[in-house]
Amino acid sequence: MHGSLKKRMTTWLIWALTFILMVVMCVPGLWVVLTAFRPNGEVLAKPPVWIPEQFNLDNFAKIFGFGANQLAIPVPSYFANSLIIALTSTAIALLIGMSGGYAFARYRFRFKNGMFLWLMLSRTVPGIALSLPIFMIWSRLGLIDTKMGLIIVYVALNVPFTIWLIDGFFRQIPKEMSEAAQVDGCTRWQAFWKIEFPLAKSGIASAGIFAFLTSWNEYALASNLTRSTDSKTLPVGLMDFTAQFTIDWAGMSAMAVIIIIPALILTFLVQKHLIAGLTFGGVKG
Amino acid sequence: MAKISLKNVTKNYGNLEVVHAINLDIAHNEFVVLVGPSGCGKSTTLRMIAGLEDISGGTISIGPEVVNDLPPRKRNISMVFQNYALYPHMSVRENLGFGLKIAKHDEATIVARVNEAAEVLGLDELLERTPAELSGGQRQRVAMGRAIVRHPQAFLFDEPLSNLDAKLRVQMRTEIKKLHQKVKTTVVYVTHDQVEAMTLADRIVVMKDGHIEQVGTPMEVFNHPVNTFVASFIGSPPMNLIPAEILGERIQFAGELTLPVPQRLRALVNSGQKVVFGMRPDDLTPVGHGIAESGDMARIHLKVTLAELLGTETILYTEVAGQEAQGKMYGPREIGPGEILEFDVAMEKTHLFDAVTGKSVRPHHG
Repeated sequence: MHGSLKKRMTTWLIWALTFILMVVMCVPGLWVVLTAFRPNGEVLAKPPVWIPEQFNLDNFAKIFGFGANQLAIPVPSYFANSLIIALTSTAIALLIGMSGGYAFARYRFRFKNGMFLWLMLSRTVPGIALSLPIFMIWSRLGLIDTKMGLIIVYVALNVPFTIWLIDGFFRQIPKEMSEAAQVDGCTRWQAFWKIEFPLAKSGIASAGIFAFLTSWNEYALASNLTRSTDSKTLPVGLMDFTAQFTIDWAGMSAMAVIIIIPALILTFLVQKHLIAGLTFGGVKG
Repeated sequence: MAKISLKNVTKNYGNLEVVHAINLDIAHNEFVVLVGPSGCGKSTTLRMIAGLEDISGGTISIGPEVVNDLPPRKRNISMVFQNYALYPHMSVRENLGFGLKIAKHDEATIVARVNEAAEVLGLDELLERTPAELSGGQRQRVAMGRAIVRHPQAFLFDEPLSNLDAKLRVQMRTEIKKLHQKVKTTVVYVTHDQVEAMTLADRIVVMKDGHIEQVGTPMEVFNHPVNTFVASFIGSPPMNLIPAEILGERIQFAGELTLPVPQRLRALVNSGQKVVFGMRPDDLTPVGHGIAESGDMARIHLKVTLAELLGTETILYTEVAGQEAQGKMYGPREIGPGEILEFDVAMEKTHLFDAVTGKSVRPHHG
């Protein structure tokens, strides 16, 4: 009996700790979502109003320019910029990541270890430390306030990570798979697309999500390199809600929700591909 | 259904040569086993035949065609890998039909051939499963099925049984032999297991350090090993190899022990020559418990240090000239440790090897 009591206590303790942890992680997010649906007055009220009294879509309507009091924030352009920049840079980073990851996993070449180490070291440099040099170079090249400018930066930021992640997944696939396919009549290229790619799909999907979220959420570099609706992304657009003396917390939160939603949708879509373990069983068990 | 021939085939990795100009002709429908310890170059040789490994020198031809520069897919061979390399994201049916699909055969042909192979290998029930849902032996069979559906010119097997447990290995060995009898095709089979080599092969190729040591039928290789390496590698338990010196017509071992030089070899050795005397455990048997007990025989007394009971026979551990040697006792009785027995030595089946070169002393005709 004593043992089972102790076991029950432990279980409860684990649940309690998990709950506290979840609260710490979720409450700020929840607060943002709640704020997005409340008028600014209620948000700023003293003493604070914990339970929302008014709950509506006014903030979103304002952002998208419906209703009486419109905001002068071009959310649709920011959204389009964000989408174009994040998707393009992710696609490029994945393409390079796949080629690079495959090469590192399958081929022997000179300076391979050195190159890999160098790629990993580039991850240790904080992105913001690069903002000044990038700004200077980009201004010479005329890339300031262009989508291309940001795409290049995000590709560079993501490639080492995608290569590293995808390399790991290709390494897990025994090279005999591709050899068997080649003996079965495939070219090396066919063997890749028909055998190795489907098996590494989960890895490539995870790399894609990480790359997309990095580009989608990035603020520091984007705030330096963008100026106008030509290239400003959603996170940078958040700052439009701050005026000289006031901050429109409700509007900002509504926009934050808009930023979160596509990321959530994408994560859910790709989630089923993240289930690894597909390669088990093909070789010796 | 083609002959395969290797002429001066060499493989280098950088400056390291791992296969040294080997020559080998494999006949139509022949089952050839490449056997040797790990690192002897047998797998590399097989992979060169498959086209998975570049050839650094020499030529390989399959049928009439030199295939040196052909990619694997153009060699019309199929291969069974040690780890099976089944495609985990495909069902057994898709695994079997993959090669045919790539070759753009029509659906009806694919279905017919897959069913045919499934029937030959007893896979009918498993066609819709994925590799993860199969046992080791079943995976092995799927790998073989994938090889036979394409009706290739030759099958290549790379240690296909080494991942199976002992019992299954024996069973699959028989299945491979049967399969070869059913599907008459040239087979090149790589293993490090000499029992597999003996039981499966039409001809055995014994390799060591990137050289071919001996090529011959299992019986040739067993009965007439060309050197001490082949002698010790083929046969289980291995041949006893004991250093000695020829003195007149006797073989003088360290200490007192001598044996007569086998009659068939008397003209081929010189007094004073240093040799290695080779004798299989089957040819060292207690008097009354052997197989051959006539012909060129000799008798010696030896002390048994350990007896291993195997049922129909017992392996006797003893010492010859200070060196551990094994004998066999057929129709065994209980043996106590330390017991001294009189042994028959079937001299006509024993071997002499040159102590320096390790080469077998044998009449030139074979």
